[in-house]
Amino acid sequence: MIEVTGLVKTYGTKRAVDGISFKVNRGEILGFLGPNGAGKSTTMKMLTGFIRPDAGTATVGGIDVTVDPVAVKRQLGYLPESAPAYPEMTVEEFLCFIAEVRGFCNATAQRERVEHVLGLTHLNSVRNQTIETLSKGYKQRVGFAQALIHNPPALILDEPTDGLDPNQKNEVRTLIKNMAAEKAVILSTHILEEVDAICTRVIIIARGRVVADETPAALRARQPGARLDEIFRTLTA
Amino acid sequence: MSQIRPLFKREFLGYFRSPVAYVFLVSFLVISVSLAFSRYGNFFKNGTASLESYFIFFPWLFMFIVPAVGMRLWSEEKRAGTIELLFTLPITTLEAVLGKFLAGWAFLTIAILLSFPMALTVGFLGQPDWGVMAATYLGAILMAGAYLGICALTSALTKNQVISFVLSLAACAVFVFLGLSSFTTTLESILPVSVADMVSNFSFVTHFDAFTKGIIDPKDVIFFLSLMGFTLFLNVVALER
Ligand SMILES: Nc1ncnc2c1ncn2[C@@H]1O[C@H](COP(=O)(O)OP(=O)(O)OP(=O)(O)O)[C@@H](O)[C@H]1O
Ligand SMILES: [Mg+2]
Repeated sequence: MIEVTGLVKTYGTKRAVDGISFKVNRGEILGFLGPNGAGKSTTMKMLTGFIRPDAGTATVGGIDVTVDPVAVKRQLGYLPESAPAYPEMTVEEFLCFIAEVRGFCNATAQRERVEHVLGLTHLNSVRNQTIETLSKGYKQRVGFAQALIHNPPALILDEPTDGLDPNQKNEVRTLIKNMAAEKAVILSTHILEEVDAICTRVIIIARGRVVADETPAALRARQPGARLDEIFRTLTA
Repeated sequence: MSQIRPLFKREFLGYFRSPVAYVFLVSFLVISVSLAFSRYGNFFKNGTASLESYFIFFPWLFMFIVPAVGMRLWSEEKRAGTIELLFTLPITTLEAVLGKFLAGWAFLTIAILLSFPMALTVGFLGQPDWGVMAATYLGAILMAGAYLGICALTSALTKNQVISFVLSLAACAVFVFLGLSSFTTTLESILPVSVADMVSNFSFVTHFDAFTKGIIDPKDVIFFLSLMGFTLFLNVVALER
């Protein structure tokens, strides 16, 4: 479903992403790990067509994102880092706007989608609140809801559980797990337990390069008996 | 192109979701009307039933007021990070540019049309030439669009709203000053008259003046429209780079 080959992005003299390649099929949940500044968000931005790669290709459903960006964006649900949203809109207005741009122009279809994601992400209690007045966790949920609204075949989530309380973290993980059967999901995270909890595969990147690409079980098998964070430290050091 | 509608709607209603719209509309009316009644406008002393003394200040007023509307168009999205959201939605850059521009233009049109009570007053006091009045309104709306095109472009260049405002103001000022007689005389003294003429031809003042006299010259209409088209094209280029 998602295929990335040799992606490169350079900012000034700094190689943020240095030849990253991987593949994600439907039914897979790929955990994207790496220290701060490793290039996770930059890779996702190239994959979603927000920034142009200096080299390499990214395809979604066989379509190259630089060739037909709109077709790729139609298939993607994307939660950018720190979940940006228009602060002066209410949650409901915002989701209706996204639904409309996503092609749900007919009022009943739009209503139906918005109600559906409001329920999924437990936003009903704040639906009429403006986004600028929401707490961080609720803002994060609005970003998640927005990414799900068109039931996309591919989901790209940049730190989806950042700022959520333990209950919500669990809830979001369960949600992602339940949806994953017919979707390709990439999620970045700094929480190593999350990998064990939901990911079917892990990619660890450091300084713009892939240093591990395997199942969580294989990752553990690298150093039997060691904790995940120890393995992470050895790989990214 | 169907995606322009939701983008337009969000941007346009966005003005009214914050106090920006009301502050802007009220200030615009207060300033424009007081200029007309001022020593320089001579709205009453003129003794003519026309809005000429009201509209005469528009090229100057727009120089300050349109950047205030245009500065946030892209700078705000860049600052808040929503630009990442916007450009990962299934829309083209052109659709986004047009949606935003048209929303800003519609908002400015409302501001201009809110002066209609002035027109009614003139109609009550005398016998104005309604044809001239309509032409002037058309000219003002077209000119606002051209100013906004420039401001949208400068706004796409920076995420800092203050820089955006100052850049827009400077760019708009150029288009006003080109037509000032003192400026053109200087120009004529250093450049061949034909070149100086050409340069002053780019002034908003020159093109707007014709409308206030009731002349709708296709040349002036095309000038404003092509300036909008050109700045919007550059706007797309600036965002895609
Ligand atoms: N617009 C930019 N201009 C210059 N450098 C940038 C820009 N965006 C990112 N970088 C650099 O690229 C590198 C990778 O950044 P990126 O945001 O992809 O990291 P990340 O893996 O998402 O980190 P984090 O875990 O902190 O979110 C960093 O060194 C960052 O400073
Ligand atoms: Mg990041």
